[in-house]
Amino acid sequence: MLEIKDIHSYYGKSHVLEGVSLKVGEGELVTLLGRNGAGKTTTLKSIMGLVDTPAGSIELNGQSLLGQPPFRIARQGVALVPEHRGIFSILSVEENLQIAVRAGSRWQMADIYRWFPRLEERRRNRGNALSGGEQQMLAIARALLNDPRILLLDEPTEGLAPVIVDEIVKILKAIREEGLSVLLVEQNLRVCEAVADRHYILEQGHIVYTASADDFRDDPGVRDRYLALSA
Amino acid sequence: MLNVYLFQILNGLGLGMIYFLISVGLTLIFGLLNFVNFAHGAFFLVGSYLCYTLVSLTGNFWLALIAGPLLVALLAWALERSLIQRIYHLPHTFQILVTLGIALIIQELSIMIWGPVGKSIPTPEALQGVVRIGNFAYPYYRLFLIGFSALVAVVLWLLLERTRFGALVRAGSESTEMVSLLGSNIFRLFSITFALGVGLAGLAGVLSAPLRGAHPFIGPEVLGLAFVVVVIGGMGSFTGALVAGLIVGVVQSLMTSLWPQGASLMIYAAMAVVILLRPHGLFGRA
Repeated sequence: MLEIKDIHSYYGKSHVLEGVSLKVGEGELVTLLGRNGAGKTTTLKSIMGLVDTPAGSIELNGQSLLGQPPFRIARQGVALVPEHRGIFSILSVEENLQIAVRAGSRWQMADIYRWFPRLEERRRNRGNALSGGEQQMLAIARALLNDPRILLLDEPTEGLAPVIVDEIVKILKAIREEGLSVLLVEQNLRVCEAVADRHYILEQGHIVYTASADDFRDDPGVRDRYLALSA
Repeated sequence: MLNVYLFQILNGLGLGMIYFLISVGLTLIFGLLNFVNFAHGAFFLVGSYLCYTLVSLTGNFWLALIAGPLLVALLAWALERSLIQRIYHLPHTFQILVTLGIALIIQELSIMIWGPVGKSIPTPEALQGVVRIGNFAYPYYRLFLIGFSALVAVVLWLLLERTRFGALVRAGSESTEMVSLLGSNIFRLFSITFALGVGLAGLAGVLSAPLRGAHPFIGPEVLGLAFVVVVIGGMGSFTGALVAGLIVGVVQSLMTSLWPQGASLMIYAAMAVVILLRPHGLFGRA
């Protein structure tokens, strides 16, 4: 599936990722944890071709993604839901979805409206009229229409009320049921533990820990060492 | 007396629709690409001259009306792929420098091809003569100009508001990065939009040719007016370009019978007032 080997990424001259390697298997939901500034978002952006990544390799099912423009990477089956969600405020909800529709996608508008009835109710509203939770749902729904092989989610529950967070957890579980691979960046450990198969922890541009969901749960020391403050 | 005003108002509407066609292209390009195209007026000029050449060669205005804008769009497309695309990321001052250079090259090439003296283009035969309503008479061609431009405006509005292409253009004006994250080829979208916007300036050039002829030095004047319209209407706004284009056209036209010397002054004064009261224009977004 997705395999990243020893990538180095830069914002201008600052060296943000210093040799990150990770794998996401078919149908696996993997989280990428770490403190603020560890390089989690940069890892996702590197996969999408949004930041300069001169060294290392990024492969999706054996095909190299490195050096391609973002739209080609998206067409090969990588969908990023960015932290800011990227909802087009002057487009209606329906238009936000329609521009992502791809012929032959496993998920079409009808599926999306069945999964997210709230979006159908609000389909004529503009993007900027949505609440934070609705925007997050729209962002995920839009990514699904793009027919991804793997979904990259950047802090999908950030700033959302607890009841909405539960809603997002349900959606993540449903996505997993569909067999879609997911790489999830998330600060809310409760969410991570509820949905993940495996975890990685990133610190100052390096992967410093990886374990299955069970091992991570049984080792509270890891949290204190790498994630204190955010747990 | 009233007829004189009606005549001037209709003239103003025609002029306003020409201004709309020019400035909607400029504003579309600025909205999506954040690109300042100082060569926009020069493409208007190319449209007028192509109209002259095509009408001279074939005697068929309708052919010129279709082929002229298409050829201008094709020229714009080639220019975008070879040069413009490489300077999107540069600051506006550099874009102005490059496009001003393009404008001058186009102007000088036009003089080499068509000579320094303007050309006049006959009114198409089917549209010669005047419409009479009671004791009021108005030229057919000018009515056609208003009607045809209005039709183009409607089609363009539908394209921008009711199609996937239009949604992509509007989405791209908010975030080109997000559009490409959703798998759309943003570079192709840029090329098409640039060609479309410039093609509309070419269309304006063709349409105004039978009224005002083709002149090699019209570019800067057209560009100036287009910027006035865009500033009054609001950068990136379709409605703004339409409303401001009509306002500027009608004001300019009425002023020519009331106070000819002040016609241009009024327009720039109007722009100054709009900048003071609504810095983002009548329909602009902050």
